[in-house]
Amino acid sequence: MSFMSKPTVRHPKLPVNDIGLTVRDYEGGMSTLCAGCGHDSVTGALVQAAFELSIPTHRFAKLSGIGCSSKTPAYFLRDSHGFNSTHGRMPSVATGANSANRDLYYIGVSGDGDSLSIGMGQFVHAIRRNINMLYLIENNGVYGLTKGQFSAAADKGSKAKKGETNLQPPIDPCQTAITLGATFVARGFSGDKDQLVPLLKAGMKHRGFGLIDIISPCVTFNDHEGSTKSYAYTREHFNLAIAANFVPPVEEITAKYEEGTSMPVKLHDGSTIVLRKIDQDFDPMDRISALRNLQENAEAGEVTTGLLYIDESQPEMHEVDNTTKTPLVDLDYSQVCPGNDTLQKIQSRYR
Amino acid sequence: MNEPSVNEFTIKIANVNGTGSASANGMLMKSLFRMGIPVVGKNYFPSNIQGLPTWYEIRASEKGYLARSGRIDLMVAMNAETYNIDLTEVAPGGYLLYDSTWPRHSMLTRDDITIIGVPLAKICNENFPNARIRVLMKNVAYVGVIAALLDVDLEVIKQLLSEAFAKKADLLEANQLAINMGYGYAKAHLDTPLPFSARISDKTAEHIIIDGNTSSGLGCVYAGATVGAWYPITPSTSVMDGFKHFCELTRKDPETGEKNFCIIQAEDELAAMGMVLGAAWAGARAFTPTSGPGISLMSEFLGYGYFTEIPAVVFNVQRCGPSTGMPTRTQQSDITSCAFASHGDTRHVLLFPANPEECFYAARDAFDLADRLQTPVIVLSDLDIGMNDWMCADLHWDKNYQPDRGKLLRAEDLEKIEEFHRYLDIDGDAITSRTVPGDHPKGAYFTRGSGHNMYGAYTEDAGEYLQVVDRLRRKWDTAKSYVPGPAINYSEKNNTGIISIGSCNHAVREAIDTLGEEGLGVNYMRIKALPFNGQVQEFIEAHDKIYVVEQNRDAQLKSLLCLELKVPDEQLTEVLHYNGLPVTAGFVVDAIHQDLAKGVAA
Repeated sequence: MSFMSKPTVRHPKLPVNDIGLTVRDYEGGMSTLCAGCGHDSVTGALVQAAFELSIPTHRFAKLSGIGCSSKTPAYFLRDSHGFNSTHGRMPSVATGANSANRDLYYIGVSGDGDSLSIGMGQFVHAIRRNINMLYLIENNGVYGLTKGQFSAAADKGSKAKKGETNLQPPIDPCQTAITLGATFVARGFSGDKDQLVPLLKAGMKHRGFGLIDIISPCVTFNDHEGSTKSYAYTREHFNLAIAANFVPPVEEITAKYEEGTSMPVKLHDGSTIVLRKIDQDFDPMDRISALRNLQENAEAGEVTTGLLYIDESQPEMHEVDNTTKTPLVDLDYSQVCPGNDTLQKIQSRYR
Repeated sequence: MNEPSVNEFTIKIANVNGTGSASANGMLMKSLFRMGIPVVGKNYFPSNIQGLPTWYEIRASEKGYLARSGRIDLMVAMNAETYNIDLTEVAPGGYLLYDSTWPRHSMLTRDDITIIGVPLAKICNENFPNARIRVLMKNVAYVGVIAALLDVDLEVIKQLLSEAFAKKADLLEANQLAINMGYGYAKAHLDTPLPFSARISDKTAEHIIIDGNTSSGLGCVYAGATVGAWYPITPSTSVMDGFKHFCELTRKDPETGEKNFCIIQAEDELAAMGMVLGAAWAGARAFTPTSGPGISLMSEFLGYGYFTEIPAVVFNVQRCGPSTGMPTRTQQSDITSCAFASHGDTRHVLLFPANPEECFYAARDAFDLADRLQTPVIVLSDLDIGMNDWMCADLHWDKNYQPDRGKLLRAEDLEKIEEFHRYLDIDGDAITSRTVPGDHPKGAYFTRGSGHNMYGAYTEDAGEYLQVVDRLRRKWDTAKSYVPGPAINYSEKNNTGIISIGSCNHAVREAIDTLGEEGLGVNYMRIKALPFNGQVQEFIEAHDKIYVVEQNRDAQLKSLLCLELKVPDEQLTEVLHYNGLPVTAGFVVDAIHQDLAKGVAA
């Protein structure tokens, strides 16, 4: 937490959302990250997305691991419970919380170090279980808090601030997620809020595991010439493949979309994402096509962004398990205790 | 064994793993139980699925001594590979039964025991058509032989068979034939019964035969646990098997099949512990069963749970360490690692059940304590309790029981208060209030393993940090008044005492009886929880001589007593059994004899 607290004064004419809250109600504490950090832009986009969706603030749960990105849940949604867990272990905590209460909006914030090295095991298993949550990787290619070591997301040939060249191939969380059967995979850029906010909204409303890999440059350790995760490099190689526009349930889809290039995807709660193909070869409903395009674009040195893959038909963990619709945390003890008579009956098999 | 005796004997059956002997051996044990004779079955099995040696030991004791006996009256040597070892284990005057279909090596004999040969394979080959059924029925046939040798009620066995194979008529017929074959052969060719035998008794009414892992799982159902996360590890796996079985039985909607529980098989123990903390943080009663190596992996999260004050329940079914150790052998060697699991000044509340009955109630107590104290609670049983068949008093559930959720504020509670701070000690008992996500904006707080102040905010301030960690230490003192006190047998006449723990209980009680018969009166205190409360200190102070009996090499319980209670090391004499087999009364008696002899020599 910063030495000074963030003022909560608001302009009387600030717009309110459907439940009468202003955008300020979705904010959190003062950021302690470096000035210009991409992560703060992501925080801003999250606040905007949550506000626009008119979700009551306390119905979110924010979880994170360890690292610069994992500090950010303190900077948004002050009226939500937060869980800053241990390094790389946020997915298991989110899985547990979700098992106990299936009705909340879970937002996991992680980084490339937290998810792709120490936390790789938990990251892939959360995908495999299709936990109903939005999982963000604020990806800057370096370890910031320990001052600039390469992460597993660093591109081959990318240069560190002190001149060292990374010689190992990167782990691409989006390709990894698609191969594991993830049901919502997107990539954004912290420098493009207009693209990011609809992706975040769609990810929050998606049923199942939603991954957004957000290129979020580290201004202190990885924003120099020769880095492939800098603002300049990302802007230059930015390739928007599939644009997404989020349409809430009440709104009619009035915008005409061109047959074959735009597709509306109905989400579980009745809202819609309208996808617009920029890259005509890219089919975000086809796993093989999405993977092939991602790989080809990566070979060409491009940073492919947008909603890369979506499948609304897959059941999330509780649907697979057939857990009761009532969150387990809200069951009364009488609903889970079988009682003494049953206990006596059970014991007849042990005589 | 020279004097004829009734209902006091031990049978050990040597088998090959994976040949279907377990059900035959279990049936033999259960038939003695049904005859009203107190009995215990101990399985010494390898970390293997098929082909390695395995033994099952059945002790019958009218007096109710149900520790490992340490002497074998009848060895049933069905495994050629271990025949020479099995031969040496028989007590002088005892008996060895072997399959005489094949000749024994002439050297493999003893003059001081009686060797009984029955051509079991031959009989089975003549009566059963295929190889697999012959192997299986050989096990059942030796049960028939033993029934004749020990005068076990054949009707009881036949009743058990008809229950087991109620829906498989052909198997029932084969099993009954095999029993009759073994029984008939023994009656025709052998002197029956042996000088030690079984007789109908009345000591098992209102008792069950159950293993501690099953009863732990059942206890979690009754305690209201709704989330179980786990990673398979011997010997704890059957805790979750039990929980799942009883949940499927009692917590599924008969129409929709919807479940009032969630079980997650995690990717590893780190994740299992994370899931438990996540679920408990979100307000569910959640637990994970594991064993030593799992505790090592969970330690990071256990420290997190301690510092952030999240209730969680862990069952550690201890096995032989260090490292992978001997996964299918028993020990009590995780006492220290559990007490302080994790880096920094971390300490955990521990419970030590002594048998499957106590495992059942320990589950309830663990959840209540975890919620009340807002901290992880670890239940330490062991392989002997968890996987062996123990005779226990019937389990009962108080219909008035309600879970003690401690200071858990839900939406309606938050409505009534002005403001909420997660780590503010309002009541002075060092326990603060908590909330769960989703209930109310007023309840929001940020859980962090990093330094936090009493309002839950991040801090690196020395004074604010001390306020939190010093309160946690005071909470440890509060815990002393909530955890179960020790079980004490005390007489003012005695100056000598034994302190022990968990599964040592039966052996220690039997040893105390033996020592008493010799004229040495010994008091007994069995530790049931950490932190130790005032009664523990009083017991130690009331005795001149105290033996601490435990199943590990490094005297972990004794060390903890010295560390926590400021007891001088020389006041406590260690009695340590740690070879992986359950401790016997004889071992405890011998150790005390040796110590007393040392005193006389000095």
